[in-house]
Amino acid sequence: MARDSQAALVALNRFGFGARGGASGDLINAASDPRGFVKAELARPNGVLLEAPGLQSTPQLGQAVFAYQDQVKQAREAAKETAKETTKATAPAETPADQKPGLRRNLSLSTVATEIAGQMAEAKPADTTAKPETMQPNMAAQPAAKPAPQPLNVIQKTFRAEALARLQRATLVECGFTERLVVFWSNHFCISASKGELARIWAGAFEREAIRPHVLGRFADMLKAVEQHPAMLFFLDNQQSLGPDSRAGQNRKRGLNENLAREIMELHTLGVGGGYTQEDVTSLARIITGWTFAGRQGQLGAPGSFVFNANAHQPGAQMLLGKTYEATGLAQGEAALADIARHPSTANFVATKFVRHFVADDPPPALVARLRDVFVKTDGDLKAMATALVDSDEAWKAPLTKMRSPYDFVVASGRLLARVPEDPGGYLNNLNLLGQPLWSPAGPNGFPDTSAAWAAPEGMKLRLDIAAQMGARLGNNIDPLDLLEFAAADAASIETRKTIERAESRQQALALLLMSPEMQRR
Amino acid sequence: MIDCVENRLLTSRRGLLLGGASFAAWAYLPKFARAADGRDPRLVVVILRGALDGLSTVAPVGDPDYAGLHGSIALTAEGAHPALMLDSFFALHPAMPEFARMYRDKHAAVIHAVATPYRDRSHFDGQDVLESGYAGPGRVQSGWLNRALEALPRGERVSSGLAVGPTTPLVLRGNAPTVGWAPVALPQADDDTAMRLVDLYRHRDPALASALSQGLQLDKIASGDDMKPKPGNQVAQMRQVARGAAKLMAADDGPRIAALAFDGWDTHANEGGPVGRLAFLLGGLDGALAEFESGLGERWRDTVVVVATEFGRTARINGTDGTDHGTATVALLAGGAVKGGRVISDWPGLKLANLYEGRDLKPTTDLRSVIKGVLQGQFGLSDRVLAETVFPDSASARPMKGLVA
Repeated sequence: MARDSQAALVALNRFGFGARGGASGDLINAASDPRGFVKAELARPNGVLLEAPGLQSTPQLGQAVFAYQDQVKQAREAAKETAKETTKATAPAETPADQKPGLRRNLSLSTVATEIAGQMAEAKPADTTAKPETMQPNMAAQPAAKPAPQPLNVIQKTFRAEALARLQRATLVECGFTERLVVFWSNHFCISASKGELARIWAGAFEREAIRPHVLGRFADMLKAVEQHPAMLFFLDNQQSLGPDSRAGQNRKRGLNENLAREIMELHTLGVGGGYTQEDVTSLARIITGWTFAGRQGQLGAPGSFVFNANAHQPGAQMLLGKTYEATGLAQGEAALADIARHPSTANFVATKFVRHFVADDPPPALVARLRDVFVKTDGDLKAMATALVDSDEAWKAPLTKMRSPYDFVVASGRLLARVPEDPGGYLNNLNLLGQPLWSPAGPNGFPDTSAAWAAPEGMKLRLDIAAQMGARLGNNIDPLDLLEFAAADAASIETRKTIERAESRQQALALLLMSPEMQRR
Repeated sequence: MIDCVENRLLTSRRGLLLGGASFAAWAYLPKFARAADGRDPRLVVVILRGALDGLSTVAPVGDPDYAGLHGSIALTAEGAHPALMLDSFFALHPAMPEFARMYRDKHAAVIHAVATPYRDRSHFDGQDVLESGYAGPGRVQSGWLNRALEALPRGERVSSGLAVGPTTPLVLRGNAPTVGWAPVALPQADDDTAMRLVDLYRHRDPALASALSQGLQLDKIASGDDMKPKPGNQVAQMRQVARGAAKLMAADDGPRIAALAFDGWDTHANEGGPVGRLAFLLGGLDGALAEFESGLGERWRDTVVVVATEFGRTARINGTDGTDHGTATVALLAGGAVKGGRVISDWPGLKLANLYEGRDLKPTTDLRSVIKGVLQGQFGLSDRVLAETVFPDSASARPMKGLVA
């Protein structure tokens, strides 16, 4: 059997989420047929869908937020009433004088533990990506002196469940190419959970509903699904945009919000310099007025579902990118999006970004051109574009210079350690620390996709600290040289191998392995 | 089964569920054979990962070959930082004044030229042998301290062993459940790990080398000079870990047995003599011993702390003012229950012909004998249990007598 470990490294790291440890045999399988290993997942489009018990639809989740907000409001009002009725302030409770520790005898373990927890509570518990061995479940500090922490509300619970489902999928899947495609497209069409409660509860559902079904489908279908998804409409304020001449615009004396229209052209399709003008932005904004979601009253449809509000829609035909779109209501915007999806600038923008993500910060022009042509010829078939990338020689020959993003890094580490995530907390903390909070980029342009962004000094130092913690927690149960064998085998540099061999402990060896160029670059 | 035990604990011991701490409980509680004479013995095992240079910790200044072999980093009884004479032959590193005081008070002892049965100089395997208690590597299911716990007579005086740190070290892993505790502060990677990584990057990935170096520098500037104990640095962390563990062990219903590990002893380059890198770490170890002493209070009387490392380092320094992997080294005992004030050693000498394989201090004492002696003195474990269960196939390493008062 031919063995090409270097090609296996490309297959697993450039296209996938890295080799899984344990008995997976990933590196050997990838080495024997690198391209086949990557492409195997493309043959299973349904495998991209993510369904897990308890994950709900966008309307269900919207209704859960509305109900939660109502509860909070009622509780607040009730508290106000109580405060009004209470005319006399109650006397402050007496606090018992603290005994001096020196004077105490027969200290009990629980008292001591509570004291230590109190003294050490200034720092948050270090949460690493993996729990210690099953013998020792990790418990959060709960000093008796403090009130119990608030239970998670429905928004936090949902966010964590969605994160866990995504992390488990990424950890368990064979190569991980389709999951990497999901992450790519999800970041291309990003929303940010930090926008508000609805965005936070919808972040996972948005990806499951608008991105996953189309990752191996057509770009135009993904575009439509994204721009009609309540999460995107909320994130870029389109539910506030009213046609100035629509009935609602006239009644409320309010008008256009161009946010979504601009980002559709600038970030989702044509790209800056893609041949559109400010006039086109305004025009598209008019065309998509009325694209919104039903609110808590459900007057237009089920609360939390996409609806076209004709009362908010700007009447009349619109000119966009040199073409006239007749006044056909919802169909006017759908026709416009379909044309923008087919625009040559879109093909170029998408192909460039795609190659930059997978191959190199400076994408090889010939490869970009080839993918652009595939995109155009197949009318935006994303599976065809992904296949063309894997079939290209450039993608296999280009040196592994791309820095793994924090998400890639934590997932690849978990895979190598063969640990199935059971609690997303550690992952989420580490992603926050490393500057890539899950589903929460700072702006609509998503997280950066160049090595410079992720190889910054403070980021590298934090990565090392996190790797050291993983080493401390998990290192004493592993053989670091076995892991190196799983991760890179003979594609590992002699220096990396020596560094791991010479480490002063297994813990240190694991930290160094996780930080090695073989694990950091893809 | 573990689940139901945990639940019991959750209801009865909620107070001990610290951040980063974790639990499994005894299904039974051992009591000690010596409980009758009013002692309540405690044992702390401190593992130094990376191989401690015994010749720099307790220097054989009376050996005519020592100064030449240890060269630029050799300790002397004179000079600006004189080593502390323990007897007419051995001198203690000046960074360990607390241990020196305990030694003078006869509550600390040194055993020199000791080694486990392992001879191959790999940290990973060496630590496995040290902690598992087996004669060779590859046995990592359980550790000798856990098997010793299991062998204790059952009663009502003692809760389980305490594992200090983010995970249970191998020495305490096994069937006897353990209590875990770690300080909740976010631990940072230590300097040694960072330097090794920078070195790897310099060879393989200059861009990452410069990014990481800058990141480390920024961090240093933010936190000041690294060779002084201050909150958050390695020495401060060592003290903090010891302080927390001592507090838990001092409680009437607290664990009687604990294990912890300190990293960073792999001094291949710029080891330093009376001052420098090793001195910095030894100061941290000294501080940790002092924390155990003060934290255990009245209980220090009945305590033995064993400090052990996987193997020693070369007798002759290398070309980078450090030492490479060797064989024999020191073991340290501290505590009120130690019959101290002695350096116990069948000294092999440092003449070339006397060095192990012409390079290392030759082992003349089996480390298992030392540990067996402590276990027997503290807990009354029989020769047979020690030779068959705690340290399998170790009948030849007889328990050392008279280590415990």
